[in-house]
Amino acid sequence: MIEIRGLLKSFGHNVVLRGVDLEVASGQFLTLVGPNGAGKTTLIRILATLSKATSGTVLVDGFDLADEIIDIRKHVGFVSHQTLLYGDLTPDENLRFYGRMYDVPDLEDRIEVVLQQVGLEGRRHEPVRTFSRGMQQRLAIARAILHRPSVLLLDEPDTGLDQHATEMLHQLLATVGTEGRTVLMTTHNLERGLAMGDRVAILARGRIAYETDKNALDLEGFREVYYRFVGGSMR
Amino acid sequence: MRIGFLHKILAIVHKDIIAELRTKEMFSSMFVFALLVIVIFNFAFELRVANIRQVAPGVLWVTFTFAGILGLNRSFILEKDRGCLEGLLLAPVDRSAIYFGKMLGNLLFMSVVEAIVLPIFWVLFNPPLFSPALIPVIVLGTVGFAGVGTLFSAIAVHTRAREVMLPILLFPIVVPLMIAAVKITGGLLDGQPLAEMRHWLNLLVGFDVIFLAVSYMTFDYVVEE
Amino acid sequence: MNTRSFAATGVLNGIAALAMLVALYLALVYAPPAANLVGAAQIAQRIFYFHVPSAWVGFLAFFVTFVASIAYLWKGGRQWDVLAFSSVEIGLVFTSMVVTTGPLWAKPTWGVWWVWSDPKLSTVAVLWLIYFAYLMLRNTVEDEARRARLAAVLGIVGFLDVPIVFGAVRWWGQSVAHPIVFGTGGLRHSPRMLTAFLFCLGAFTLLYVVLLIQRLRLEGMRHEVERLKSQGFTL
Repeated sequence: MIEIRGLLKSFGHNVVLRGVDLEVASGQFLTLVGPNGAGKTTLIRILATLSKATSGTVLVDGFDLADEIIDIRKHVGFVSHQTLLYGDLTPDENLRFYGRMYDVPDLEDRIEVVLQQVGLEGRRHEPVRTFSRGMQQRLAIARAILHRPSVLLLDEPDTGLDQHATEMLHQLLATVGTEGRTVLMTTHNLERGLAMGDRVAILARGRIAYETDKNALDLEGFREVYYRFVGGSMR
Repeated sequence: MRIGFLHKILAIVHKDIIAELRTKEMFSSMFVFALLVIVIFNFAFELRVANIRQVAPGVLWVTFTFAGILGLNRSFILEKDRGCLEGLLLAPVDRSAIYFGKMLGNLLFMSVVEAIVLPIFWVLFNPPLFSPALIPVIVLGTVGFAGVGTLFSAIAVHTRAREVMLPILLFPIVVPLMIAAVKITGGLLDGQPLAEMRHWLNLLVGFDVIFLAVSYMTFDYVVEE
Repeated sequence: MNTRSFAATGVLNGIAALAMLVALYLALVYAPPAANLVGAAQIAQRIFYFHVPSAWVGFLAFFVTFVASIAYLWKGGRQWDVLAFSSVEIGLVFTSMVVTTGPLWAKPTWGVWWVWSDPKLSTVAVLWLIYFAYLMLRNTVEDEARRARLAAVLGIVGFLDVPIVFGAVRWWGQSVAHPIVFGTGGLRHSPRMLTAFLFCLGAFTLLYVVLLIQRLRLEGMRHEVERLKSQGFTL
């Protein structure tokens, strides 16, 4: 589970996150939406330990981000816009490398399993740079879940994907998300966001403006709420 | 815990080796460049310098340095591509593992190039004798170069002027290393026993120790966001 | 801006300016000509009164940067970074002075403009290059926090290199006799020369301090302007 309290992040004079309070229960899938510049990427990067918060508390699976950062990394998988994959290496070699970096115990079998999960076992021994973007993103997900993290973070994973690839990606995420993981995903796509998550939240102007269970609203209702909160924040 | 640390360093080195074997880009560019430098120097000096053996040690180390810069640059640019450096930062391991992994990789690649360039150097400059002590000296020099070079290439890759920044940062710092290396190499080629150049050797070792330590300690600050 | 501190620095500036004028007089008029030199070399010897203090200030400035860089990495705080780069800027000016007066002194005295085998000249040249690289580095990094961090690392590594360069070139041997300042036949024999030299040393150091204060103040104002500007546009 993820607990965020009073999270502040500023870059010099620019305050991006102004006190974020958010909780994602264990096993829940939360979609975070918001306009550009709201701080979605900043927030998720702090959770992924890639960025440091200016102040506030973050607990991931009970571990405090400020002190137990290496423990958190063992339990967190991160998928971002960039694939974090080595283009000249094959999926097999990429996963083997990451598996070693994460001390994955039954690496050989595990690689087999995740490649099958993402539907890439056929291209196992071809260099990643020959893959389409959609395939690379699927492999990125394989990399992210390789070490069996209890928390999965996704930063707009459908960026740059065509309709078909997006469809595949979301199907994949639906299955991956149901393995008992806590998932936090940011996206621009309101429709998908509502469909995928157990809960949705809106991040606007550096704060959580609104949060709800997915069943509480239909798409139209949600769009309305979204534009209400987000409408005036264009800089 | 300790074994895991070493294991991860080796994983990084292994990964770099596989990637390089597949494309051979870094190696071939380093090698070709080294060849060019050594041939051009040989050619240029032969036209003017009476005793080309005087300049030989300097040329050798200039060659190693220029080729080394190419390798160092590519090493981190490869990681910046597709955000792989972040992939490394996400791993549950002390950042210094990344430093040592990259440094060992750079050391390895530089050594391979040096091993091939050395015979070519011998053919072109024809030094009077070969001293086996030359090998550890070259290794020590390369260790120092790769040690600071890895830190600085990590710095350079975060700037706008990526490839240009590295030599600007690195060359002034490795001046003492170069002086010592050239001095010892020259002495060895002239037939001096290594024992007579002990203080240069101390300088070389001292440089390596100090700068490896400082690089290892400050690497974290360079790569973290 | 605190008017009292403004006035205080104004007085300090005045003293520094006066000191420099006195230094000029002492060096060019008051100090006796070097007894063991003749002609151009004898006149050129007076460069010594500016050359050596400049070198001293150059090293002092770099030492200040070294300490400030460590403080920045260890404790954080923008003011350490500001101190570090301000000191570099000023130090570079003084070091440039050394590198230009050196050849002006060398040509009439040794017959050549420059020798690499002289440890002091070479060390100063390397120092200059490192300083310059420091400023170039700062210029090419956009993110403020990262810029400060990278510069701090360079400030530390660069400073550690300086004594090693000096030792290396000294062992190189065969150095042309760099005029020894404090040894036999040096200043000890002439109290007027000693007075002139020490005064110049003090005046240059004072000049460094005064310039540093001005630079810090300038940076403080710039920062304040930025802060006000950014506040003016937030909701």
